[in-house]
Amino acid sequence: MKFELRGITKRFPGVVANDNVNLEVSTGEVLALIGENGAGKSTLMNVLYGIYRPDEGELRIDGTPQHFSSPADAIAAGIGMVHQHFMLVPVMTVAENVVLGVEPTGRLGSLDIDEARRMVKEVSDKYSLELNPDAVIEDLPVGVRQRVEIVKVLMRDAKIVVFDEPTAVLTPSEILEFFEIVRSLVAAGRGVIFITHKLKEALTIADRINVLRRGKVVGEANPKNTTESEIAEMMVGRAVQLVVDKKPATPGAAMLQVKNLSVVEPDGRTVVDDVSFEVRVGEIVGIAGVQGNGQTELVEALSGMRRAASGSISVADRDVSHDSPRERHAAGMAHIPEDRQRQGLVTEMSITENLVLTRYHDAEFSQGIRMKWDVAAARAKELVAAYDIRTNDPSQPASTLSGGNQQKVIVARELSRDIRLAVAAQPTRGIDVGSIEYVHSQIVKERDAGVAVLVVSTELDEIMSLSDRVLVMYRGRIVADLDPKKVSHMDIGLYMAGSRPAAVAS
Amino acid sequence: MTAAAVPDRVVSAEQRKRARSVGITYLVLAMVCFFIFTRRPGDAGFRITETSQFTLPAQGFGWALGIVLVAVAAAQLLRGFGRLSNVVLALATAAFFMSFLAWAAAGDSFSFVGMLQDTVSRSVPITLGAIGGILSERSGVINISIEGMLLAAACTSAIAASLTNLWLGTLVGALTGVALAAVLAVMSIRYKVDQVIVGFAINFFALGVTSFVSFRVLVPNRDTMNNLLPVTPIRIPLLADVPFIGTIFFEQTIFVYFSFAAVALATWGLYRTKWGLRTRAIGEYPKAAGTLGVDVNKLRYRNLLLAGAVAGIGGAWWPIGIVGRFDQNITNGRGFIALAAVIFGRWHPVGALCGALVFALAEAVRLKIGNFDTGIPSEFLIMAPYVVTIIVVAGFIGASRAPKAAGQPYEDQ
Amino acid sequence: MNETLKSLRFTLLAVVAALVVSAFIIVITDIEALGDGNFGQAFSTLGTAYWGLFKGSFGSLRAISNTITGATPLLLAGLAVSSAFKAGLFNIGATGQMLAGAITGLWVGFAFQLPPIIHVPLALLAAAVGGALFGAIPGALKARTGAHEVITTIMLNGIASFTVLWLLKTELFKREGRDDAISKFVEDSAKLPKLFWFMGKRIDLLAHTGFIVALLATFVFWWLLRKTTLGFEMQATGFNQEAARYAGMKTKSLMVVSMAIAGAFAGLAGGSEVLGLYGYASGSVAGDIGFDAIAVALLGRSTPIGTLVSALLFGALQAGGRQMQVDTDVPIDLIIVLRALIVFFIAAPLLVKAIFRVKGDAKGFGQTFRGWGG
Repeated sequence: MKFELRGITKRFPGVVANDNVNLEVSTGEVLALIGENGAGKSTLMNVLYGIYRPDEGELRIDGTPQHFSSPADAIAAGIGMVHQHFMLVPVMTVAENVVLGVEPTGRLGSLDIDEARRMVKEVSDKYSLELNPDAVIEDLPVGVRQRVEIVKVLMRDAKIVVFDEPTAVLTPSEILEFFEIVRSLVAAGRGVIFITHKLKEALTIADRINVLRRGKVVGEANPKNTTESEIAEMMVGRAVQLVVDKKPATPGAAMLQVKNLSVVEPDGRTVVDDVSFEVRVGEIVGIAGVQGNGQTELVEALSGMRRAASGSISVADRDVSHDSPRERHAAGMAHIPEDRQRQGLVTEMSITENLVLTRYHDAEFSQGIRMKWDVAAARAKELVAAYDIRTNDPSQPASTLSGGNQQKVIVARELSRDIRLAVAAQPTRGIDVGSIEYVHSQIVKERDAGVAVLVVSTELDEIMSLSDRVLVMYRGRIVADLDPKKVSHMDIGLYMAGSRPAAVAS
Repeated sequence: MTAAAVPDRVVSAEQRKRARSVGITYLVLAMVCFFIFTRRPGDAGFRITETSQFTLPAQGFGWALGIVLVAVAAAQLLRGFGRLSNVVLALATAAFFMSFLAWAAAGDSFSFVGMLQDTVSRSVPITLGAIGGILSERSGVINISIEGMLLAAACTSAIAASLTNLWLGTLVGALTGVALAAVLAVMSIRYKVDQVIVGFAINFFALGVTSFVSFRVLVPNRDTMNNLLPVTPIRIPLLADVPFIGTIFFEQTIFVYFSFAAVALATWGLYRTKWGLRTRAIGEYPKAAGTLGVDVNKLRYRNLLLAGAVAGIGGAWWPIGIVGRFDQNITNGRGFIALAAVIFGRWHPVGALCGALVFALAEAVRLKIGNFDTGIPSEFLIMAPYVVTIIVVAGFIGASRAPKAAGQPYEDQ
Repeated sequence: MNETLKSLRFTLLAVVAALVVSAFIIVITDIEALGDGNFGQAFSTLGTAYWGLFKGSFGSLRAISNTITGATPLLLAGLAVSSAFKAGLFNIGATGQMLAGAITGLWVGFAFQLPPIIHVPLALLAAAVGGALFGAIPGALKARTGAHEVITTIMLNGIASFTVLWLLKTELFKREGRDDAISKFVEDSAKLPKLFWFMGKRIDLLAHTGFIVALLATFVFWWLLRKTTLGFEMQATGFNQEAARYAGMKTKSLMVVSMAIAGAFAGLAGGSEVLGLYGYASGSVAGDIGFDAIAVALLGRSTPIGTLVSALLFGALQAGGRQMQVDTDVPIDLIIVLRALIVFFIAAPLLVKAIFRVKGDAKGFGQTFRGWGG
């Protein structure tokens, strides 16, 4: 079967998300769709899946034009989609989630839950995707949830399976398992579209690669004879630095000292387990690990958003373990939070207001209860220029900025102060390549100016290229302290998965 | 997992805090028993039927219960009751309530069965309003306009029933509820207006129009348009013969039976049918359902209309079930109590029924006890349901378990 | 400026739409005239009604005075709702907070003998404090237990009403010779002077300096929002509680403070009615003002100027409505209907746009309600 998108154009107010895009995929092959954030990949897939209706162009299956008015039509035509953010209802069970929309019913519309369980087992056995139909989604780890999504798609007899950024939440070894699943799907006669911004993975698994940039298809590539930098260049439109340019570090005294830190959840689980490490002046320490191994909670404890159960945190030899977030700010700690829209910015407020969000109580911007908005506005103009924030009016709401520029606002706000320690959580998640380069260069600049930097990221490439030292977190513990120049990608991956490279184990 | 010391029973900090507040509550209740419930001499007569009653010595019972509660408090604070915690809480509350009644009626007697019967009857509009609330909120639409639906339906059903018959009157009430629900649906789903704002606007509108109509049309035309004979209670043979329970539950009007049926149907529907699964999904995470081909907005529309119909029948209870006419603002806030019942019941129909019974009980108590010279100003008795609601919402329910997507409009292209 | 003009245009159209629908209702319910097939009669009733509406609100000095008198508590209570909205809280409890302020203001009003220059501000202060304390309760409940303020404020309204009814019958507050819930008179030294005192003998001009207080309160609200750190914190918390926490703001105490500020505004409303309009308190001193204040805040989009304008509008509708009821027999409840319709049409600019085929951007309210989760 051949699925074609021909001449697809989709417009939103102010932007052309897809511009005359042509794409085709047949059963039995893997197509990788590459592009950076905002290139139009998700929009295109939403058109394929019937969530959006294209303004121009059509979809054809085996030459016959199709008109989808909703995902139900797409599903009926054999298209299945595994979204980047799982479409699973947390409080319902695996079986309930899987049969939603195709529920087996008994008399009077009653739900035949036994039949649902059987249906799940049938598919999961057939593809060796082990699942407990009665498990509740919110209790399940991320890798298992992905299996549920895949079973969901296969049960509806999908001929084409679209995966949107599937490996974002997997360890390197789980990624290999995932590739096996993809290969078995192809062997079973299905086609796979694999959306990603991870060039290495595309090169590994795909049979063909299409590159999208600003809504247009700018290139097709054959993985067998293309390199990462060539694809990256197509993706961005210019030569891209894949590796961060930095001089060797000259670390000084310890600035951040974490000793025996533990964080316990209200229900008794220990999520950060007796963690000790330090970050020295003038060095970048990166914490690698798959999402969900305690990094988020560790950062919350460091920034003061959450109280640690035991242990201590010191900045410049001063114990800040019981200090409020504001007091830690005053002690010289800067924090770039993980979720810029929920934690770092108030998007309804202006760019100026956001630029003073963590600093309005300083003498510079307020006197007692009175705010000095004129001073704030002047400073905002300076920061917008200095940090390359693309806006023509800082009194506009922050929601008018792109993701990358929003992140720059946070970076400008936090790093323009006189600080000693910077804690950056997922600093480049979901932003365009140009902004990624910019943020990385700012981080290196701070380090060279003598700031101690801690970067927490699930993007292993970022950690490897930014950090002077790499710590790996697994199940709440630091399981490795490595030199990124001396250790391989795969080895770190093994640590991230809880095991150890053979050479070390012996 | 990790080597952190794991106690035998994993008790979270939250659970411990709650257990402690429950224990302190028992102590407070015990103090109330000792210092208040033992103050009035005499025996309280709880009449069961025409001929039989049981009596409780007010002071004795007060002392005894106080001592028991202290013991229970100690047990709760020291060891806790584990799984039986809720059972103990329910029993303690019930016993406390009996002691209160004994104290209030000391030296006198009152119809205990009548009070309970009254409770069941008065719970109808709250229950039906709450079912309407659950149907909408479970689908993801906040429904603040239950009050407006009840009030408007009461008015229209009174007029229709006076002009035609009771069945048509009830039908008109249901359709009125559907009409208002349609407004809520269109405004919040299609025009994406904030659901609480629309809800309030509907309430204002209903209050204004019904008061307006009442003054301008109903008062001058009372005999033709606002005068009807309400339904009489129906005695269910066999079941009504069961002592005590029979009279309370099975000698009621058809409205009561309908409300029980509504609760049962709603429970079965939500948890055992395809419709219920989809409804719960769109209330928790509508995108999940949407990406699987479920038409989220269409289902929301349908559920809202159904909710309106149920609430409309609840509104018809006033003229057709009890009073025989419509008075200005006859609902007087019961719609908001229904909303509180929804939260009390954690968005589960049976839980909401319990909430409705609790609130109705407070009203029924006031009617019976208000006659006795207890020294409590009648205003405080009227306030009791409100205080209970706050305690329940703040103390025991908090904010958990609301349908996650409630209040957020669903964007589809 | 363009933005303001555009939204003003929608407001105007919304009012027009509401008036049209209400006209329809008036005509439809003129049963007698319709029954006789006398359409002319029904329409002339409509004409008299709407003319009465205008006459009663702006047609004479007395009308203007009535409008101001009605707008005073609506503005203050409206600020109580608007200020809470700005902090992300839905304050349905303006009624209860008004009652709390009325009682405390009343008590200071009759319990002391002081020169007016001290007594009046002191009584007003007491009213504000009483309202603030009562308003802080739902704020504290939400901060500590997550209990949603929509439910707690509604319940507290009921509690406040009945408590006040009871208090007014106790020895402390009761008026000599009366057994119903009506209070002693306030000392003359505590009464708010009339606005039109210079007009000498016109005792029918009820407008009082409470209006000035209300205008000052509006200014304070504006100053709070635009010029203070507290206002910044309140609004940040209102928009995005999590980001506010990450920025180091103490969101829990902000909840309490915001509700206390709202309660203070409402308390002033209660105090101004007692000290300025009535001179005593009865069970109905707050009336429906607390609920109407919600419509005022919604119509005014919770902004200082918007709240002021809509309070004046609703005060006008109320004053005019009474005249309308006198001139015809269209009951004043129509005003409630009118109000609801205005809120409807304001809340759904898209609807107005569709009806009137207006071009241009129609921005709605957006979501103020974020769900029951604490």
